[in-house]
Amino acid sequence: MLRWVWEGIRRGIVTTAYPAREETASGVSPGFPAGLPRTFAASEEAETAASCCPSGALGREDRQVLFHDQRCIHCYRCLRQLTPPFEWHWQGNYEWAVSPRPSAERKEKFGKSFRRSLHLRVIDAGACGACLSEIEQINKPYYNMHRLGFFLTPTPRDADVLLVAGPVTDHMRLPLLKAYEAMPAPKGVLALGACAISGGIFGSSFASLGGVANLIPVDILVPGCPPPPLAILHALLAIVGRVQPNMGATTASPQGDEHHV
Amino acid sequence: MEYDFASLIVEETAENWLLRYIFYGEPAIEQVQLYMRLNKAERTIPSISTIIHAADWHEREARDFFGPVYSDVAESALFLLESVGEDVIRTTPRFFYKFRGVEKIAEGQSVGRVLLLAERFSGTSAFAHSLAFCQAVETICQVDVPARAKALRVVFAELERFRHHLAAIAGICNSTALAVATSQASILEEEALRLSCSLTGHRYLFGLNLPGGVSLDLSIGQCEFLSYGVQVLFHKLQRLFNLLRYSSSFLDRLAEVGMVSKEQARSYGLVGPIARASGIARDLRQVLPYAAYADVSFEVPGEEEGDGYARLRVLFREVGQSVNILRGLLSSLPKGEAAASQVAVKPGAALGWAEAPRGATSHWVRIDEEGRVARYHLTTPSFTNWHGFHLAAEDFAYQDFPIIMATFGLSNAECDR
Repeated sequence: MLRWVWEGIRRGIVTTAYPAREETASGVSPGFPAGLPRTFAASEEAETAASCCPSGALGREDRQVLFHDQRCIHCYRCLRQLTPPFEWHWQGNYEWAVSPRPSAERKEKFGKSFRRSLHLRVIDAGACGACLSEIEQINKPYYNMHRLGFFLTPTPRDADVLLVAGPVTDHMRLPLLKAYEAMPAPKGVLALGACAISGGIFGSSFASLGGVANLIPVDILVPGCPPPPLAILHALLAIVGRVQPNMGATTASPQGDEHHV
Repeated sequence: MEYDFASLIVEETAENWLLRYIFYGEPAIEQVQLYMRLNKAERTIPSISTIIHAADWHEREARDFFGPVYSDVAESALFLLESVGEDVIRTTPRFFYKFRGVEKIAEGQSVGRVLLLAERFSGTSAFAHSLAFCQAVETICQVDVPARAKALRVVFAELERFRHHLAAIAGICNSTALAVATSQASILEEEALRLSCSLTGHRYLFGLNLPGGVSLDLSIGQCEFLSYGVQVLFHKLQRLFNLLRYSSSFLDRLAEVGMVSKEQARSYGLVGPIARASGIARDLRQVLPYAAYADVSFEVPGEEEGDGYARLRVLFREVGQSVNILRGLLSSLPKGEAAASQVAVKPGAALGWAEAPRGATSHWVRIDEEGRVARYHLTTPSFTNWHGFHLAAEDFAYQDFPIIMATFGLSNAECDR
């Protein structure tokens, strides 16, 4: 046992200083395209630049190319398949949390009493595993969410916030709804990743509903495929009002078929 | 000569069902495929599961297609445990809560779009699956993949295996509630994720494979950076493993837990580290070499005991092999392009395969005259191995359940699709 104690001490502290200080280590975020919206000389050029995106994250309005972070799935096609003069750079930021509601409404919900103790229940509604792996990371030494007062709980009855990942498959629709209904008020919902926001690459289909907001109200959206651990921390801090999230509307997704239920 | 069952692929035409039974072959003959055409008027298909038990779930899935929750961060699946006091007699797992219909929604889509699905249906083994898909497309379109691209694919595939196994080892430490070891292994996992991201832009190696090669070339500096990075991580892992090896409380919980015998593993057609821990040393990287694996020499680690500790040892030894492959290859990458200059999509059908971190995967792809995917069928290691999970989860003490789960280390996303 002593050997293990020594091993732990020898390794020292590796935990990030975020949110007190910005995390500058390399490799903490897959990043998003930078420098958008961008205006091109002709609308054909803008079309060329936007059409490489398979997920609709790059939109075109006349000569301008816009970026919808909620749809980006980090396929890097715009980064690697566009040749000059259409190319752009990527930026490895991670403060991505988006609130679809006005901040007053959010503050009213949790008030001040949850700022340093919030219990989370994770629901896998058909996630590919990468989102879940990133949620696990925030529970581990490098990110250690306990220091910020966030804790995982096995039961929705003890949970204040539901972390949902995945495009809400038919078979997970009922468990997700039941878990949400079992939570005591006030309760919040975090939609993690492109799939939970709008169905992502799986979309709305015969087998999935496409987007958590189609089933239960969502308070904070975390774009990314998967959102890196720091983006999830940013979202958690945003839901308790310790940082200001970005404002934006939810990317609407059509409802999936009902015939399986 | 005996051949082991690998997969059953069903396709539908206007009048017929086309059934394709795939068996593992040898390097000289690749796979053995038995092909059966059945008129749609026939409502029943003779079952082979009575002779080949490994085909059980494949046949059930074929029938279903053509015609829920846990604590901590876990994937959605339901396990029914029948117990007498603390002893669990039998486990009945229920899966497919995460069924997203990947194969069905792929139909009628372009190759580029299906590539995104192949990469993202199982995020923790994205590179291996996108590689299997790309190789199927390359066979159909008769693309000559440049030597450098093949070598880079091996580099990324081994980097993925390296990261996956670190995560699996962290999971096993966590299941035995050994807090310091869990933290140390988790630190290594996050460092491997950061290494992947610094090098390729993505922590889970998304967006790298393309039909015809890879989208990213590595400079000499990056090769040295990666080679050094994995070596440092491996030294730390070795240190951790040496501590684990002499922690009796840890070994007690793994030894003789979750036993799978060689006969059982063969009968269920188990794949990957689980099969290799039960004495079946089949690895597609050697049996049916793809990418640049024919030019890489490495050992396939094998253990005989078939218990949790044997599976941990296999994982650890495979990490060592991955590091050796990476170091050897990164110092001598062939010159040339990282991707074929042009890929013209042609109609046809082919099987692509890869040894994913969890075991053998095969992707059947059929492309129609318009260049769209007409049929996509996935056989994944988690699908194959979850089928045999109940073998390991019989007659055990209740507190061993997380350990059996962790030493299997399977993904529901990969299984359910």
